[in-house]
Amino acid sequence: MLQRTIRGLAIAFLCLVANGAKSFELTEIAPGVFVHQGVTALMSRDNLGGIANLGAIVGAEAVAVIDTGGSRAEGEAFLAALQQRTTKPIRYVIDTHVHPDHIFGNIAFRDTGAVFVGHKNLPRAMATRGPHYLSSFRETMGALLDDVILVPPTLTVERETILDLGGRKIALKAWRTAHSDSDLTVLDPQSGTLFTGDLLFLQHVPIIDGSLLGFLSVIEELRKIEAVRVVPGHGPAVAPWPQALEAQKAYLDHLTRDLRADIARGETLARAVTTAGRGEKPNWLLFEDYHTRNATAGFAELEWEAP
Amino acid sequence: MSPWTASLHARKSPNESEPEGSRSLLRPIAAAAALCLWAAAASAQEPKIDPWPGLVTDIFHDRAITSHEGVVALDAPKRAEDAAIVPMTISLLEPGLRAATLVIDENPMPMAAAFSFGEGAGVAKIETRVRVNSYTNVHVVGQTGDGALHSVVKFVKASGGCSAPAIKDQDEASANLGKMKYREFASENPALREAQIMIRHPNNSGLQMDPITRAYIPAHYVDKVEVRQGEALIFSMEGGISLSEDPSFRFAYKPNGAKVMRVEARDNQGNVFKGEWPIGGAS
Repeated sequence: MLQRTIRGLAIAFLCLVANGAKSFELTEIAPGVFVHQGVTALMSRDNLGGIANLGAIVGAEAVAVIDTGGSRAEGEAFLAALQQRTTKPIRYVIDTHVHPDHIFGNIAFRDTGAVFVGHKNLPRAMATRGPHYLSSFRETMGALLDDVILVPPTLTVERETILDLGGRKIALKAWRTAHSDSDLTVLDPQSGTLFTGDLLFLQHVPIIDGSLLGFLSVIEELRKIEAVRVVPGHGPAVAPWPQALEAQKAYLDHLTRDLRADIARGETLARAVTTAGRGEKPNWLLFEDYHTRNATAGFAELEWEAP
Repeated sequence: MSPWTASLHARKSPNESEPEGSRSLLRPIAAAAALCLWAAAASAQEPKIDPWPGLVTDIFHDRAITSHEGVVALDAPKRAEDAAIVPMTISLLEPGLRAATLVIDENPMPMAAAFSFGEGAGVAKIETRVRVNSYTNVHVVGQTGDGALHSVVKFVKASGGCSAPAIKDQDEASANLGKMKYREFASENPALREAQIMIRHPNNSGLQMDPITRAYIPAHYVDKVEVRQGEALIFSMEGGISLSEDPSFRFAYKPNGAKVMRVEARDNQGNVFKGEWPIGGAS
C-alpha cells in the first residue's frame, strides 16, 4: 500500500512538473476574487483532471475556496498558487456539486483546517457515486487516483447560507435538481461575482446529470440574481451576466423541443437519441462526448409527461 | 467466487446499522472509497477473468447454452452514453420462445431481467433500460419450447466522463414510488400491437448511505412484474438492480381481443403496485 502511494505520488509529481504546475494560473478577476480556468477537455493524466474552473474569494480575515480540482495534484497546485497570493487562512472549501473534476482535489485542502461546505444532498451523492468515480476514472487518470480520498462536507446548505470571510459575506444557495442533485452557487455581492459551478457551461457542451426540465427552470431563477459577472463551471474564467446564460438555454430548449416531438411520435429512446438536438453541434465543444448522454437522460425524463 | 455470490455477500455488511457518532458519517465513505481503490488496483494488475462461466453456473445451473443467432437477437449501443440508462432491445425471432434472460456480465448484480412469455402472447420484441457499470459483455439467453438455451452476446463500452450508474434525483425517485404509465404505439407489424409500461421506482443498488440516519440504505428494487391482456399473461419479469431507475418495458405482442391491460409489479420490500388501462386507440 505504502509502495503504491509512493509510486502514485512520484507519478503525480512528474505530471506536475511536466505540466508546469509552478505556472498554475490564478487570475484576479475582481479585487480579492481569483479564478483558475480549466481546460475544455476530458479529465486525463496529462491535464491532471484540471478541466473545471476553480475559484477563491479573499475577505479581510479568511479565504473561501470554490471547488478544488480533478485530482489531489491539481488541488495541491491550486493551494500552492493561492498561498502565493494571500497568507490568510482558508476558512471554507465549497464544493459546487459532486462531479470528480470539482471535488477530487478536496483531499489537498483537508489539512488546512477549512470547513468543507456543500449542498444538503452532497454527502449522499458522494457516498453513492464516489466509489464508482474512483474506479471508472482510473482508466484515464491512472495512478493520479491513488491518493484521492473523497472528503465530504461537514457544513451543508439546505436553502441559503451566508459565510463571513471578515468584512466580506458570501451567499451560498442550494438548488433543486438541475445539472445534478447537489448544485450550489456562490455569490460575492461585494464584487458582484457569481460562481455557478456547472449550472452554467460556456463553450463546453452542457451536461445533464440531474433533470433537463429542472435545469431549464433553474436558469430562469439564476437570471434574477444581481451580479455583474459570472464564473461558469466550464469555459472562460469570467463572462458577462446574465447574457452568459443564453447559449446554454438555447441548447437545452432545442433538445427539449426535439425530444418532445420524438416522444409524441412514439419514437424509441434508442432511435430518438441519435437525432434529437444534434443541430446544436456547431455551437459546442465536446459535443460527441456528452450530447447523446444528455438526450438519453432527457428522453427518460420527458417521456413521463407524454399523454 | 462468482460475481453473483460476491455481490450477495457484499450487500450484507452495508445493511448492518452504523454506530452513532460524528465520525460514522465519514467512515463508510472512506471504507467504500478504500475498497473501491483496492478493487480498481486489483483489477488493473490481475488478468481479467471472464465472469460468464460463473454466471452460467449461478443463473442457468450449468445447463448447456448454445451460442447461436436466429433464436434471440440483442440490440445494444456500442457505448453506454448515460451509464444509468442504457437501452437494450431483445428480439424474439423464433415463435414459441418461453423465456429470455438479460445479463450484464460485469455489473455487481449481473442478472438484469428474466422474462417469461405467456403461451400464445406472441411477444416479438421487448425493450428495456439497464445500468452499465463498466466495460462489459451483455448476454441474452433465450429458452425455446423444448427447454434448450440459446445465447447471443454484445460488448458495450463503459460511459465516459462523470456519468454514473446512479439515480439522477433521489428524492423525486422515492416521492413518486410506484406511479405507472401506459402508452400504446402504432406497430410495424399489423398483426401485433406495441405498448410500453413504465414504473416509477428508484431501483436502488443499496450501496449508499442515508446522510441523516447515517445507515446504509438497503437495496430497493422492482423484483417482479406481470403484464396481462385481460387475464392472459403477455410476459412476466424477474429483475434486479441492473435495471435502470423507473423501469420501462416496451413490447410488441399479439392481441387476443381483451379490452384491458393489467400490470402488477412488486418490489423486494414487499410493495405491490397495480395498474389497469383500456387497450385500443393506438397512436
